[in-house]
Amino acid sequence: MASTAIPANQAPVAPKLNYLNNGHTLKSWLLTTDHKRIAILYLISVSAFFFLGGFFAMLIRLELLTPEGDLLAADTYNKVFTMHGIVMVFFFLVPVVPAILGNFLIPLMVGAKDLAFPRINLLSWYLYVIGGILFLHCMLNGGVDTGWTFYTPYSTSASNTNVVEAGLAIFIAGFSSIFTGLNFIVTVHRMRAPGLTWDRLPLFVWSNYATSVVMILGTPVIAITMVLVIAERTLHLGIFDPRLGGDPVLFQHLFWFYSHPAVYIMILPSMGVISELVACFSRKRVFGYKFVALSSVAIAIFGFLVWAHHLFVAGISLYAAMVFSFLSFIVGVPSAVKVFNWTATLYKGSVSFATPMLYAFGFIGLFTIGGLTGLILATIGIDVHVTDTYFVVAHFHYVMVGGVLMGYLGGLHFWWPKISGRMYPEGWAKLSALFVFVGFNLTFFPQFILGYVGMPRRYWQYPPEFQVLNVLSTAGASVLAVGYLLPMIYLLWSLRYGPIAEANPWGAAGLEWQTTSPPPTFNFDETPVVTWEAYNYDEIPAPKELEAPVAR
Amino acid sequence: MHDSQAVTVMEHEAHNPALVHQFSDEKQQKNAASLGMWLFLVTEIMFFGGMFCAYLIYRLTYFNAFAAGSQQLNIWLGATNTAVLIVSSVTVVLAVKAAEAGKRKLLVGYLVVTVLLGMTFLVIKGFEYKEKFEKHHVPGSTFNFTEKFDDNGKQIPVNSKEAELFFSLYFVMTGMHAIHMIIGCVLFTGLAILAWKGHYTSSYFTPIENGGLYWHLVDIIWIYLFPLLYLISRHS
Repeated sequence: MASTAIPANQAPVAPKLNYLNNGHTLKSWLLTTDHKRIAILYLISVSAFFFLGGFFAMLIRLELLTPEGDLLAADTYNKVFTMHGIVMVFFFLVPVVPAILGNFLIPLMVGAKDLAFPRINLLSWYLYVIGGILFLHCMLNGGVDTGWTFYTPYSTSASNTNVVEAGLAIFIAGFSSIFTGLNFIVTVHRMRAPGLTWDRLPLFVWSNYATSVVMILGTPVIAITMVLVIAERTLHLGIFDPRLGGDPVLFQHLFWFYSHPAVYIMILPSMGVISELVACFSRKRVFGYKFVALSSVAIAIFGFLVWAHHLFVAGISLYAAMVFSFLSFIVGVPSAVKVFNWTATLYKGSVSFATPMLYAFGFIGLFTIGGLTGLILATIGIDVHVTDTYFVVAHFHYVMVGGVLMGYLGGLHFWWPKISGRMYPEGWAKLSALFVFVGFNLTFFPQFILGYVGMPRRYWQYPPEFQVLNVLSTAGASVLAVGYLLPMIYLLWSLRYGPIAEANPWGAAGLEWQTTSPPPTFNFDETPVVTWEAYNYDEIPAPKELEAPVAR
Repeated sequence: MHDSQAVTVMEHEAHNPALVHQFSDEKQQKNAASLGMWLFLVTEIMFFGGMFCAYLIYRLTYFNAFAAGSQQLNIWLGATNTAVLIVSSVTVVLAVKAAEAGKRKLLVGYLVVTVLLGMTFLVIKGFEYKEKFEKHHVPGSTFNFTEKFDDNGKQIPVNSKEAELFFSLYFVMTGMHAIHMIIGCVLFTGLAILAWKGHYTSSYFTPIENGGLYWHLVDIIWIYLFPLLYLISRHS
């Protein structure tokens, strides 16, 4: 097959057939095997779950506006925070970056026509939707109140809510993420374009590769754990029930064996996004490319060895706790490698402040706070003091919202021209990035203080002296909500009114920018041949004015 | 794990109709499919791994009860089933060989024999489950376990709750394995029908190979389950 490199900055030909206008029927979308269309299907469904989870978050914050339990009854409050957690973790954070941006970009970045198994890719979306619908049904039938962690024996013998249905929903959605991971690994191994060696891969591909490894190793374990919980509830087995000789701590081990690595399923793809953004908007090769690439793999490996730090107060042996505490510190090293290398990439770069870069800065700062408080929590003594307080809540929201969501929004803006063929309005985008950053910190920083002075999580009432900080937090959540609603409005607006995007509006490296915006169904007119290193920004002319092709 | 999508795309020189659009040649397609299958097997191992982990912990904690429960299993039915599965793995290997040689009828024959052996396993397993129901060894409200652990003639009484845990794990683990056997039988029936229709040639039989990998994995899981569940304390 004749293959030539496609010149950068190719002007888009207006009536050219692309993946968006290649078929307009509902069937052409619902039965598509095009990874880009499947990414759009995920974009729509995952966004819907994000706003659902956000709705529950607002209910929580409104209830906590006052010390009394006045808005929601105690039982309702339990259900609301449980469903906030389940929706956000299993139906938003886990799929958001890999299934939307990864699905769209990985075949493009490796110069392939599609993922290795396009029909399995479509199946994975359907599994996600079936799991999602099942969970919605569970919600409408009274919901579930166990906390997203499903701790036994509460979930197996005490709770009288729809635990079985919620567990089944997670089981099914889990297979969606297994298939996504499997597809990515095979694609990266087997479908790279000629010349695209492992050390020329974009770091986004590296991080999604590492994520996929965690997905296929971890997700089956949560699947079997959910099967055991369901079996225990329906068939009255006693595997986790102390009254029948079972051990509830075994559940916690199995649960966190998946759910701690799941944190890396969520954060690693966003870290990949940040590597792309920092390189592009500093016009520099990522500092220490190989270290950043391998740190993703290291995080994936060490991420599997730290789960018991969730069990420091569950009665595990002190020696086990010390080992897991130590390993939890170790996992901070590859994470720090990334942060330092991003910062070093900025050094003497020609940094510009387009919206994606604002999110990247937000990510670096907030992830650093989230990561460092993670080390505080890995210290056994402090962990015993702050276990199940708002300190923990603040910590993982700094990583999950401040990290994952910032990375996702940055990536979504960065690749929006490629996905939609239109530019987003830069002014509004910057404004909403500001709202997100300010709103986020206002929401969650007070929670560090609240937790440290002793406010427990999962309570719907609190002593009046905590009210000031809680009011600040609720106010922040409202600002944050505006910050999330704005992009939804202006991105939809841009689909019709945004200026037409060039093939490569940012002057970015990466094969995805060498095809048209939006790309044709099979991505490249001719299979690209890669003869350059990743992030060869010294060879790519920067756009005259990065903000130039943008609507005001 | 293979993907035989309609080849309506690109101006491929129409060589192999099984080559799908996203791959540039058959070798790439075959390598991708088998890597995908091996990864899927890894997920299966992790899936069963959770149960093996639970088994290990409780067997160490409640050894006597587990040994007593194990002694109540029917070792002859279990051993027969082990033999049935090992033979079925041989027929799977022969099926792959027949596919490689392009012998269609032989391939179909071995696939059908494999399915029949799989069903034999399930029927025998059914009889074992029936026996457990009759002896009230199924966990739940009717569970009743009065047997003792026979440790070389020494009768050691055991806690029936702990024995119930053994049977819980027995049913969950063999039940999950049986579900995989049923999936395997359906899968192989499908492969046999497609093979009968001449879908596979000596140059394209990846689904047979990958189906075979699945069958072997399910077989291997049983090879572990048998000694762990049936042979805890059979030395004497």
